[in-house]
Amino acid sequence: MSNILSFTDEQAMILDSAREFCREKSPVSAVRELLSSETAFSRQTWDEMVALGWPSLAIPEAYGGAGLGFGSIVPIAESMGRALLSTPLFSTTLAAQAILRAGQNAHKEYWLPQLAAGTAATVALLDGGDWGATSTSCAAARDGDSITLSGEKWFVADAGVAAAFVVWCELDGGSALVLVESDMLAADAIQPHAMLDETKRAAKLNLEGVTVPAANLLDAANADGVLRDLQLLGALLVAAEATGSTGACLDTVVDYLKTRKQFGKLIGSYQALKHPTVDILCDLDAARSLIYHAATLLDAAEAGAELDQDTEIACRMAKAQAVEALTFAGDRAVQFHGGMGFTYECDAQLYIRRAQYSQQQFGDAWHHRKRLAGLLLDSAA
Amino acid sequence: MNSAVDAPSQSELDDFRAQVSAWLKDNKPADPGFLLPQTFMEVGSDQQLDFLREWQHKLWSAGYLGMAWPKEYGGQGVPAIYQVIADAEMRRVGVPIAFNVIGLGWAGPLILHRGSDEEKQKYLKNILSAEDIWCQGFSEPDHGSDLGNVQTRAVRDGDDYVINGTKIWTTMGNYAKYMILLARTNPEAERKYDGLSFFLSPMQVDGVDPRPIQKLTGEYGFTETFFTDARIPASCLMGEEGEGWKIAMQTLQYERGAEAGAAGGLMQVRVVIDDVIECLKGVTRDGKPLLEDPVIRDELVKLMIEEKAHSLSGRRAGIPALTSDYPFSLNLSGKLRSSEYARRMRKFAVAAQGGHGGLYVGDDDALDAGFWQRAYLNNFSTTIGGGTSQIQANIVGEHVLGLPK
Repeated sequence: MSNILSFTDEQAMILDSAREFCREKSPVSAVRELLSSETAFSRQTWDEMVALGWPSLAIPEAYGGAGLGFGSIVPIAESMGRALLSTPLFSTTLAAQAILRAGQNAHKEYWLPQLAAGTAATVALLDGGDWGATSTSCAAARDGDSITLSGEKWFVADAGVAAAFVVWCELDGGSALVLVESDMLAADAIQPHAMLDETKRAAKLNLEGVTVPAANLLDAANADGVLRDLQLLGALLVAAEATGSTGACLDTVVDYLKTRKQFGKLIGSYQALKHPTVDILCDLDAARSLIYHAATLLDAAEAGAELDQDTEIACRMAKAQAVEALTFAGDRAVQFHGGMGFTYECDAQLYIRRAQYSQQQFGDAWHHRKRLAGLLLDSAA
Repeated sequence: MNSAVDAPSQSELDDFRAQVSAWLKDNKPADPGFLLPQTFMEVGSDQQLDFLREWQHKLWSAGYLGMAWPKEYGGQGVPAIYQVIADAEMRRVGVPIAFNVIGLGWAGPLILHRGSDEEKQKYLKNILSAEDIWCQGFSEPDHGSDLGNVQTRAVRDGDDYVINGTKIWTTMGNYAKYMILLARTNPEAERKYDGLSFFLSPMQVDGVDPRPIQKLTGEYGFTETFFTDARIPASCLMGEEGEGWKIAMQTLQYERGAEAGAAGGLMQVRVVIDDVIECLKGVTRDGKPLLEDPVIRDELVKLMIEEKAHSLSGRRAGIPALTSDYPFSLNLSGKLRSSEYARRMRKFAVAAQGGHGGLYVGDDDALDAGFWQRAYLNNFSTTIGGGTSQIQANIVGEHVLGLPK
């Protein structure tokens, strides 16, 4: 098993500027203002991210991108998580990876420069809530030069602003990925979920009767492999974001423990609160090491190449660790704030809601540990 | 340490690695037929002592111990990187520990840095060759981790100091020839730390009585060491009276390995989660292999993630851009994380064995000869000794996170 972890000066610069940007654009007051908004992000902030080139980072230069490794997005995702800053960056990045990995040249040439330039897109993978499903009930049928879809997708992130959807469906008895453009959808096709994490937006996507040109079928000889890789990359993005959120949550807890007095003492002096807070720090440290390990491996890989086993292990470990860390941190943050923690006004609610949503996205900790067991224990037998 | 020597080239280092690796493979001792100590705190019998003494002597004779120490004191006088490579190969090949740890990692480097030439001549070579075993006398029965409160008295009387008091958890106290001793020379000092002095103290004198402590494993390895009007030469004082605290803190710096000044050699046998998996391969549960049980698999993978994260964190600690939030976090939490992980891993390794988990060393049916049972119990020395995990958590909370005392 690989144990490498490196961080280039270029990545250090990305991390530095990303943290600064997110801190400036997304103070908690701004996060709260967006909670009840339609899209949960500021168009202006997104435009500035695009100007900084963030959606283009992992897109090859041949398609209008910066041509960096996928790992270069990890410091950005961590920084966004730290500031609870949501934008369609992750959705768009994953859609670009889907097209890069499964698309024909024409798809790449048409879509990737647009996505690099800030057109939002997303992936629609899930039926219901089971990230471990190996088949989809969303069916595609050929009809001359077009393809007709049926079924629905859940948890389609940023569906309301996406110009294109990469949809997992079943075609001719196997997995296929189809590009659905937003103008091909029925007017009421997008039904927003009521989100536990109010800093995020996701929706049900009704695909019943949607017809797309056959040319929108991505050419994945190995659609299942691409799907697995998309899930792993999505898991890593969520892991990096959750790691950032854990850091912010820890800071929130520490601030309170240093200022709140009870029974004549600062509550941070009580070991019943101090020691679990140290546990949060240690969990966070483990998560941070794992996400940057995965980033290191991804940066060493060729753009769009199928992820190798070490990278799969790294992404799954990062996801399992990071969401467990955030769930623990958010849970303790509410508890340690006492009565204040029970209020909407207390920021602890933002973290525990984020935690439980992050836990689910691209598979929860049990999901990934179950697959790690197969990778780590069965090969050794 | 020896900067006069030119930095070695990569090919020289590669050659050296190959050479030391070959030597270790050829000279790795055969299984002696009894369980060897995993750490220097587990040397409980003459049989184990003799074995480890012979091994350390052999390692030193071959030139693979104290490599960065000067030649005139038994070393090789080469850059520390050679010892770092030799240590890495020892770990990889899986040879026994270099057991004279207090000498190699604490007293030796201290004497090398602060000692007189006479002290260097007298002590250093015999530390490396394992002729003289050293022990450490910091902790006392009533004070645990709080070294500032040391009460053992050292009173100057002519050319001697007279020592009275009790030290505890003296590793190999019954085998040691010398102790690095922290004692109070001035009980009147304004700050309690300023009343302490540091001695290179002989153990085999009248009035020093190391009594072995039977550990929870039933074995020995530590003593409680009683000083009753024990007279030691005044020349045993290191530095000046009142410098004891400063010097004691300095000794702790060398522990981090050859690059920090230690002589090198393995301080403990590395045990990893793969060893647990190997042990559990033959175990069944519900009539099926244990390693197919989903609950057990989930627990194992949690441990594997934690072990991998610790290893990666060691690398991340060297990347300033990735340690900016809490710069001292990884260093200050290292002991807490690694000792607690080791404890939970060993606890799992015993608990998951089914009925076999109830057997102990000496039972022919015990898995891995009872290694895990003994290792689990012995591992409490790492979560208790050197500041308990609870004290460590206070230190991390207060010094890393800035939480109030």
